[in-house]
Amino acid sequence: MTDKQRRKIKQGCSTGLAWLIACLFFFPIFWMVLTGFKTEQQAISIPPLLFFTPTLENYMLASERAGYTLYALNSVITAIGGTALGMLLAIPAAYAMAFQPGPRTRGVLLWMLSTKMMPAVGVLMPLYLICQKLDLLDTRLALVIIYALVNLPIIILILYNFFRDIPKEILEASRMDGATTLGEIVHVVLPLARSGIASTALLSIVLLWNEAFWSINLTSASAGTLVSLVASFSNPEGLFWAKVSAVSTMACAPIVIIGWMTQKQLVQGLTFGAVK
Amino acid sequence: MNPKLARWLQAPSVAVLLLWMIVPLMMTVYFSVMRYQLLYPERSGFVGWSNYEFFVTDRAFWPAIGNTLVLVGLVLVITVGLGLALALLVNRPFRGRNIVRILLISPFFIMPTVNALIWKNMMMHPIYGVFAVIWRFFGAEPVGWLTDMPLLSIVIMISWQWTSFTFLIFTTALLSMDQEQVEAATLDGAGAFSQFWNLVLPHIARPIAVVILIQTIFHLSVFAEILVTTGGGPGDRSTNLTFLIFTQALQGFDFGVAAAGGVIAIILANIVAVFLIRAIGKNLAASS
Repeated sequence: MTDKQRRKIKQGCSTGLAWLIACLFFFPIFWMVLTGFKTEQQAISIPPLLFFTPTLENYMLASERAGYTLYALNSVITAIGGTALGMLLAIPAAYAMAFQPGPRTRGVLLWMLSTKMMPAVGVLMPLYLICQKLDLLDTRLALVIIYALVNLPIIILILYNFFRDIPKEILEASRMDGATTLGEIVHVVLPLARSGIASTALLSIVLLWNEAFWSINLTSASAGTLVSLVASFSNPEGLFWAKVSAVSTMACAPIVIIGWMTQKQLVQGLTFGAVK
Repeated sequence: MNPKLARWLQAPSVAVLLLWMIVPLMMTVYFSVMRYQLLYPERSGFVGWSNYEFFVTDRAFWPAIGNTLVLVGLVLVITVGLGLALALLVNRPFRGRNIVRILLISPFFIMPTVNALIWKNMMMHPIYGVFAVIWRFFGAEPVGWLTDMPLLSIVIMISWQWTSFTFLIFTTALLSMDQEQVEAATLDGAGAFSQFWNLVLPHIARPIAVVILIQTIFHLSVFAEILVTTGGGPGDRSTNLTFLIFTQALQGFDFGVAAAGGVIAIILANIVAVFLIRAIGKNLAASS
């Protein structure tokens, strides 16, 4: 056997191994999706069924009975609302930090990042009480505000990195042409940073869509998100697995697909720009 | 832009983050030295350290600390090790590489409660679960994952989800490696191990540090996965610090004791954060 043949066999093996592990990794998700198309009896049959006549019944029932629509709406509103509010606060701040950095800019950034390290449970009681006093328990508004604050440091850091990558010469050129600060932002910076802003927003939506702690602890029937809806299914033993799977599939599908589409931006975002 | 304007543009963000940090923190510290039981509102007043004493002498306290550290440690070792191995495995062109990547990163985007339910119901259930079926196929007694090894089961769930994350980060980091350097090393007859040690590892040292930082932040406060699967049990075998405080606050309705627990959790997190901020601060400086 030549060296070339040996290398080919070796590569074939590692390709096979990669495929095998990838399939194993994806299996739990595949199984969940599959179970969503089974009847309740089929879902708990032994041995498990791989081939069966799929039914859409669970999807119909879930959207009617579990109030899926309200929870889905809450998820959409809180994730997008929290992101929008966060971006509104973050864009001017990140802009100023990137284009007018002072001696304290790095310190401020690190401090902001450090607020992310405060464990949520450490401030659970105060926030619960504040929400109670202001009549904000179980409201979307409370989640929108908290979500904006939770994500604000990450959003600022990522935007800061995007803004910093904009060549300073372009700004100087526009300043020579007599552009005002506002004109500079609107006509020069925003168009250049558009993809960065969009991907930051998507990242924030993904993180908020899957946020569990505040949603479970501060909301129930009227402002609960899909995360809470799924958590409420944790009790029945061996019951409704097919229905739970259908609901879970619907709850995860949009975000998994957004995730696939925004891999590159997510890496940059989640590592604070340290990996590009 | 003048510096004054720059300060005004940053002011709203700095102000809300300052409020977000200080107000709840002050309240937590305040409650932690007061008697505050929701069920007995008439019993109130300053109690000094007794809430702390009560929390720390709780039978579940030291197990919870232990569980928290074991959980974070095991998940870090598994996800960094496995994620790196997978990233190296996929780090060359082959047929279907993009699909393999998509399959491998998907678990990261699953919501934590769904993650927990998939594993609890469909994988680890001692009768209907896929693992039980496999175990029986080989003639073994199915394992009661969540009752016999609750903490390990939760580690598995979280590692499954977060290996996707580490894989994604490491794959991206490896893409930016200098291929000419690798080829030169191969020509010089450097083996796979020496290439890994001398070329790959230095290149991804920073991503590894970042991944450890971010994961530590997240896993110190694992909550949903425990709530949905084991509820901290059996006994306190899968209770971490976050979950212990949660049970004190929203199930025991003793806000004073829960606040004391909260202060302890904040202190612990800060000890970790100091080390990590230092590492990351250096990296931030190196990148700018």
